Amino acid sequence: MIKSFWLFVILLGLWLLMSGHYSVLITSLGVVSCAFCVYLARRAKLIDNEGLPLFFFPRLINYILWLFKEIFNSNVGTGKAIITGNISPEIFIVKSSQNTDVARVTYANSITLTPGTVTTKINKNEFEVHALNSSFGDDVRRNLMDRKVKWLEGNN
Amino acid sequence: MELVKDIITGVFFFIGSMSIIIGACGLIKLPDVFSRIHAAGMIDTGGTAFFLLGMIVQSGWSLITVKLVLIGVFIFFTSPVTSHVTANLAREKKLTPVGKKIGKVL
Repeated sequence: MIKSFWLFVILLGLWLLMSGHYSVLITSLGVVSCAFCVYLARRAKLIDNEGLPLFFFPRLINYILWLFKEIFNSNVGTGKAIITGNISPEIFIVKSSQNTDVARVTYANSITLTPGTVTTKINKNEFEVHALNSSFGDDVRRNLMDRKVKWLEGNN
Repeated sequence: MELVKDIITGVFFFIGSMSIIIGACGLIKLPDVFSRIHAAGMIDTGGTAFFLLGMIVQSGWSLITVKLVLIGVFIFFTSPVTSHVTANLAREKKLTPVGKKIGKVL
């Protein structure tokens, strides 16, 4: 129930920001459509820890800022590798220590989002990662991002 | 004030264009599909992020800024999924990547 309420708040906030019209009629139509969406999501049983990972939110800003920094650094690194031709692709396996599926997806997506490394296959908590050269590979193998996502996940 | 805005936007657009150009060069230059995904990822993240930042500086505090941020958020969530699907399909079709394998791979 509390999750449905938060979903409603998020949907309504998104609706208000996207519309830009705040007359009584249009806003009430927005409230009704958000409530209908929450009803449909409840009926389809979409509102669980996977559909709405509320336990991420308190630490999310911190993680995203760190991730932006990593993305910027590896963008510079990939650019350098392309220009200088310092390319020796490698493929290897890393273990993920997260417990929930959402956290594993977050970790795999974070690896893919930083240029220079791509998750190619996933089997339970083993990720097969392709890296552009060994310095990108070492960045993943140091498991720093794994620990960050584990921290983001908290005690779930 | 307008001039400062324009200069900041120009700098962001320049960085974004550079990362798109380098990414495009990488798409041609790199040896196989897996390496090329890295170059495409550079266009997806560096290119779009800096172009959006430049546009946010231009639009100032308004609803347009919120919409630009939302575009960024959606690209942020969808681009790694498409990269992963491309790489995963290539692996499923038994394409072997150029370069070395470390340990046993899946």
